[in-house]
Amino acid sequence: MLKLFYHTGRYFLLLKRVFSRPERWRVFFRQSLREIENIGISSITIVLIISMFMGAVCAIQMAYNLQNPIIPRYLIGLGTRETLLLEFSSTIVALILAGKVGSNIASELGTMRVTEQIDALEMMGVNSACYLVLPKIAAFVFFIPVLTIFSMAIGLLGGYIASFGTVGLTPHDYVVGITSFFRPFYVTYALIKSVVFAFIIATVASYHGYYTSGGALEVGKASTHAVVYSSIVVLMFNLILTKLLL
Amino acid sequence: MIEVKNVCKEFSDVKVLYDISAEFLPGKTNLTIGQSGSGKTVLLKCIAGLHSVTSGDILYDGRSFCAMNEKQRKEIRKEMGMVFQGGALFDSNTVEENVMFPLEMFTRMTFEERRERANECLKRVNIINANKKYPSEISGGMQKRVAIARAIALNPKYLYCDEPNSGLDPVTSIVIDNLIKDITVEYNITTIVNTHDMNSVMEIGDKIIFIYKGRKKWEGTSAEIFSSGVKELDDFVFASERMKKIREMSK
Repeated sequence: MLKLFYHTGRYFLLLKRVFSRPERWRVFFRQSLREIENIGISSITIVLIISMFMGAVCAIQMAYNLQNPIIPRYLIGLGTRETLLLEFSSTIVALILAGKVGSNIASELGTMRVTEQIDALEMMGVNSACYLVLPKIAAFVFFIPVLTIFSMAIGLLGGYIASFGTVGLTPHDYVVGITSFFRPFYVTYALIKSVVFAFIIATVASYHGYYTSGGALEVGKASTHAVVYSSIVVLMFNLILTKLLL
Repeated sequence: MIEVKNVCKEFSDVKVLYDISAEFLPGKTNLTIGQSGSGKTVLLKCIAGLHSVTSGDILYDGRSFCAMNEKQRKEIRKEMGMVFQGGALFDSNTVEENVMFPLEMFTRMTFEERRERANECLKRVNIINANKKYPSEISGGMQKRVAIARAIALNPKYLYCDEPNSGLDPVTSIVIDNLIKDITVEYNITTIVNTHDMNSVMEIGDKIIFIYKGRKKWEGTSAEIFSSGVKELDDFVFASERMKKIREMSK
């Protein structure tokens, strides 16, 4: 329990250092652009591939479970859309990105710590937490809505492709389903969740990487901890945000 | 001048430095020597402000580092340069960008001016035609020289080198040693070098401080080191059979 308080306290102290005025705004924007490429753009492919398959599987499973003469077939498309919008494109994608981006951030910062690059920054009088972590948070929080929107679109497309040749589902029914009873708030809800999750993943992973001590083994451990803890916190906040927003 | 006054350092329950006092002179290559784990790096990091001291004080030309607030410390850090054991170059930046980094963060120089200054520093450490290479693409000796170039980019008053020769061959070690010595004299820098390389001690040591198990055991010049009369220092200096034979022969 004491350990939990210790880490929570240290996490917020790190955040205090992170959210201070950057030394040079020009450097901050340049670093942020670099991070958008490293964290965001490089994640597009995996998000698209996973979304495509998950959308397809989701549609097939809906069709399988809703095979009943009294249930309208367009509900399969509708159900697929709601699943993708409400949960998959924000939460599941966030969990996938916790693995990819979280481990990337933790291992990068951890390596910088054990090779004394962070000490070198501190030595020069640079606020290393702000210089290294703030652009990552900014980039991820800024770019995750793009990934979420892509995931929604490609997930729905995956479902559409799956509707060809799936028993009990036609492409027409699917299209009718995904265009019926649309509530724009679901997209807002998904985007709010994804932004919060991006903040959690970036900060929790940065915390584990920034405070790595030791060598290569510890960098690996920091990376694992970053993924595990950020996933747990994401799921906790998924519940909290769902309770608050829906 | 840097004065270390009664510095003690503890990590949790482990005491690493015991009441160390020393003076490090400007324009001189001040060496801190001792076995691995003796506390040299901790002392250097305390002096550089990377570790806070448990008790005691560190004075930079009479200015107490321990009494400074964060803003004052940040200012004085601009007068410091440090060469870390592994070089600590930023992996994602090229050689040139590494040297330009402190200039970009702390000066109002234009890009061209920064590049010119970086090239000047790189030329000073004999790095030519490697500006666009990344740290992983150059040798260990070159990395150390780039680290020195980065450390002197802002014309520091104080230069710290933590085992600059570790992992280098004897010839490259001598090149690095001489470079540190020359730069120290040229810019009248107060330089502190941590080392356990006896070649460095004999070649560039203007003033030497011997640390043994966290305590200062001896202080003197390279000429005095063979006749210190301190058992722990003798055991360190004449650790190998070859060195013992040299001592016998010199007697």
